[in-house]
Amino acid sequence: MTQQEIEVILARHLAEYLTVPIFMVNPDGDLLFYNEPAEAILGSRYSETGAMPARELAKTFHPMDGEGNPILLEELPIVIALRERRPSHRDLWIRGLDGVSREIEITAFPLVGQADRFLGAIAFFWEIAK
Amino acid sequence: MKVTFWGTRGSLASPSAETVRYGGNTSCVAVEGSAGTTLILDAGTGLRNLGQSLPTDLKRVDILLTHLHMDHIQGLPFFAPLRRPGVEVHIWGPASTTLSLTERLQRYLSPPLFPVSVRDLSENLHFHELPGKLPGQFIEIGEFSINAQLIIHPNPTIGYRVQCADTALTYMPDHEPALGEQTFPHEREWTSGYALAEGCDLLIHDAQFTNEEYKSRVGFGHSSIRQAFQFAELTHVKQFAPFHYDPAHTDDDLDRMLAEAVAELHPSYKMTPSREGLTLEVDC
Repeated sequence: MTQQEIEVILARHLAEYLTVPIFMVNPDGDLLFYNEPAEAILGSRYSETGAMPARELAKTFHPMDGEGNPILLEELPIVIALRERRPSHRDLWIRGLDGVSREIEITAFPLVGQADRFLGAIAFFWEIAK
Repeated sequence: MKVTFWGTRGSLASPSAETVRYGGNTSCVAVEGSAGTTLILDAGTGLRNLGQSLPTDLKRVDILLTHLHMDHIQGLPFFAPLRRPGVEVHIWGPASTTLSLTERLQRYLSPPLFPVSVRDLSENLHFHELPGKLPGQFIEIGEFSINAQLIIHPNPTIGYRVQCADTALTYMPDHEPALGEQTFPHEREWTSGYALAEGCDLLIHDAQFTNEEYKSRVGFGHSSIRQAFQFAELTHVKQFAPFHYDPAHTDDDLDRMLAEAVAELHPSYKMTPSREGLTLEVDC
């Protein structure tokens, strides 16, 4: 059986203890984990969603700008962090799996481990209070 | 492979009449291969005695450091082969994001903390940084193939899986796989050290604390004896050697704590407590 890299395990532990919504993907963009606060915004429990490719993520959560225009996959902060290996931040709307649309702010960072090993990306996000 | 324990204690050398059976020297294990290659796992205070036992015609020795905490490097300047002309000493260990392995060792091995600088120890000293950039990368040393991966312990710390043909030894002297877990053991995929230990013939693993001690030392980077037994069960090892004993635990304490763990957990593997001077033959 494969085992996650230690930095990824530690990042998940941190995410499990923080009350800030956090979302993690592996270098291929596949969903690795999101924490309980993120479940409230994404409208689904991680245990029900499970691993999911990046393309599916975009389809699943229907990201849109403030005027209702769809946001391209490559414009999403988590995808920018993953592909360009730099931090990225923006506001956007998503529709959770519970069918509710929410405005959120996302900051995503590439996850780079010891010896410059690229391990994926992590996104911190926040629902904007109405 | 032949595995000999030269130091089994954690944190601080603890020689006394009460630690004479399990030993008072800090982490150091020798691994000898069937073709004569010698590996040394960590350079705690046990390294001094080990160095004196090595054959005088030794040409090369490799020291694999898990990390650079004092109890794992303190024996280094007292390693006799460093002063023998013609002996190549290779030191493998973790770098940091900002300093090389040599620079990190230099912080301890230089005045005023130590009178001799690391670069003056030997002209035939070679440093190698781990882990490599590629996941699952193996180092080949003689008849051994070694997998080095980061494991949970403060500051970058490496666990080793030393493979010889179909035989594997896993060495994780300082390891807290239960850190952050609500229940332990948890999912294998998300357990630190799982890939290194899975199905190995001999697991040498941190067994520093009692359950009670662990409660007030979460995050120190060590396991309770119970957690170590559970990790061994999770990873389906064939034999488990508890290691890195707390300096406060006497021989009698360890006898009692290990017996209690066996009685409570009924391990499916063979449990052999590590003790200074013990040699285990693991098929190779």
